Amino acid sequence: MRVLLVDDEEELVTALAERLSFRGIDADWSTSGSQALELAETHAYDVAVLDVKMPNISGIELKKRLEKTSPDMRYIFLTGHGSEEDFRAGSAESSQYLVKPLDIETLIEAMRQVMEQ
Amino acid sequence: MKNPNPTDAHRKPGLQPDFWRSTGGRTSSGKHSLNLRRLWQITVLIMTFVSLTPLVVMTAIDYRVTQKSVESEFLLRTSRIVSNTKRVVEFSLLERLAALDFIVQDNRLQMLTDCARLEKILDHLGQSFGGFVDLGVIDSSGRQLCYVGPYDLSGVDYSDQEWFRSVTTQGTHISDVFSGFRRVPHLVIADRHELPGGGFYVLRTSLEAEFFNTLLSDLELGGRGDAFIINSQGTLQTSSRMHGDVLDTIDLAVPEYSDATRVYETRNRDGRSLLIGYAYIPETPFILMIVKQKAVLMEPWRDTRQKLIGFLAVSISAILVVIFAVTTYLVNKIHWADLRRVATLHQVEYTNKMISLGRLGAGVAHEINNPLAIINEKAGLLKDLFSFTDRYADDPKLMGIADSILSSVKRCAEVTRRLLNFARNTDGETAPVDLTATVAEVLGFMGKEAEHRSIEVKVDVGQDLPKLESNSGKLQQILLNLINNAFAAVDDGGRIEISVAPSTADSITIQVADNGCGMSEYELTRVFEPFYTTKRNKEGTGLGLSITYSLAQELGGSIDVKSKPGEGTRFRVTLPLSTERKEGSIDEGTAGG
Repeated sequence: MRVLLVDDEEELVTALAERLSFRGIDADWSTSGSQALELAETHAYDVAVLDVKMPNISGIELKKRLEKTSPDMRYIFLTGHGSEEDFRAGSAESSQYLVKPLDIETLIEAMRQVMEQ
Repeated sequence: MKNPNPTDAHRKPGLQPDFWRSTGGRTSSGKHSLNLRRLWQITVLIMTFVSLTPLVVMTAIDYRVTQKSVESEFLLRTSRIVSNTKRVVEFSLLERLAALDFIVQDNRLQMLTDCARLEKILDHLGQSFGGFVDLGVIDSSGRQLCYVGPYDLSGVDYSDQEWFRSVTTQGTHISDVFSGFRRVPHLVIADRHELPGGGFYVLRTSLEAEFFNTLLSDLELGGRGDAFIINSQGTLQTSSRMHGDVLDTIDLAVPEYSDATRVYETRNRDGRSLLIGYAYIPETPFILMIVKQKAVLMEPWRDTRQKLIGFLAVSISAILVVIFAVTTYLVNKIHWADLRRVATLHQVEYTNKMISLGRLGAGVAHEINNPLAIINEKAGLLKDLFSFTDRYADDPKLMGIADSILSSVKRCAEVTRRLLNFARNTDGETAPVDLTATVAEVLGFMGKEAEHRSIEVKVDVGQDLPKLESNSGKLQQILLNLINNAFAAVDDGGRIEISVAPSTADSITIQVADNGCGMSEYELTRVFEPFYTTKRNKEGTGLGLSITYSLAQELGGSIDVKSKPGEGTRFRVTLPLSTERKEGSIDEGTAGG
């Protein structure tokens, strides 16, 4: 399973990527939407874990763009602001929604679930 | 749930209206309510003045007018009787004088000194006129030449008698009543006749004082009236009912001389008011007097007066009762409207405050969540490094530290999640509510206090509760207020029970009970009133339960309370399973009020 982590907090994504790799999950990371789009062009990812609120391109906007280039990719959203509105705006059937700070096992479980869909 | 305050006088007099104890301007938010006690007093004063003044003035005028007309009617009637009686007395006396005059004209002296003839004349006079006692002929020296009558008066010398001197100079004479030689009250009528050859003689007759009594006895006098005749010295010429017997001196002043009949008011020695009519009888020394007691005369008027005063008293009482009742009712209405207005303002303020607090909390939570997430991942990574590389996997201390960081992060995350939930709940939306979670969430805020004060909190939320659709923010506030109050009421080591159970097919009941200080019956009646608080010395605004009450209504539900001083209090909130329809109608009602 190859995962793309996108969050404007570099400290967060790097640590998360490393932790996932300990668990046998290959994770690339980026700290902005544009960087993520570039990565997605050159690599194929099974799951994208996106922060909802990011400067320039929000997680929801990013998902819309990624869907055009990588139609098979599944999505998990992360947010520090646990409001229902965010959830409704960004949720497609195939998306999961997790509130920061998150439990790594929960994240891996969520990845498994979206992959099975 | 409110702490009884011994310094606060909670006794409520039975008739005291609700607004009486409200003091103008005491609201915690500084929104001044009206001084209703003063308003009530001014309204009652003005209404009493405006409605009673015309009534009292009209009654007083009517009273005076009626009294005056009754009095003048009595004056007039008395005057008429005096006038008529005077004419009768005057005529009777002059008639007898004229009879004497006729006798001297018709008989020569020689004929009159014939006592047998004189006796016949007296007999005829008695038959024709009545009242004549005797008849005598007196020569110019005052010696009685002939006398016929019941007394032995032949040859008596009258020369030193007052009446004789008067008739000698005046020609005729009507005397006062006096006893004279015969010791019987009588009066004398005498007529002088000139003799052709010079000199004169006098024909004299006497009438018993009883003669007057027969004239006066037939009069019909009201008001314990008394008719009598006096002379100018105030000596009674007739017997009187109230003022003495014949020849006594009356206890009243002799009225001043007047040609005409007069009526006046005076008081006797006892202070009683008397109505006196009198007339001087011309050519005689007599004054006719009729005396009536005014109090007796006015007796029929007193009945009328009593009815008038009774009617006035009843009218005034009725008006006062109506004024008091209507003013109290209206001012009470204003009082409640005013309380509602201030409470509504307060609630708006409160809601705004809660929204602001929610936003602040959400902002803080969001800002903290990101660094918290980093700490979480870094600590997680640290733990991973140790556990996945096997190098420190068996070091329990390191693992312990990492776990402790992670569990602390979890606790922080729980706080921020609650803050975010709180913010989300401050909007007015209706959504499915998980009561178990809501109760747990509210208790989450109080958990530390319960622990510190060793308060036992028992939660009993039924397992198969029906699905509740409500505004979880408002529900949370209701629970928070009730649980807060319960915490304030119990002592350390107290017990609080929270239970949720279905009540009917379409409603559920939430109960919050404590074993705290409880409330008196009077406190219970006022517990939901805005600004009513027993936490005077603390920070209570008196709005907590009032707002809770409004919130329960807004959710279409109701709230009631049972309490006993010293035993504890139980609040029961009943909520419909779906609020949408009812919430609309409550909003309309609030806007209208």
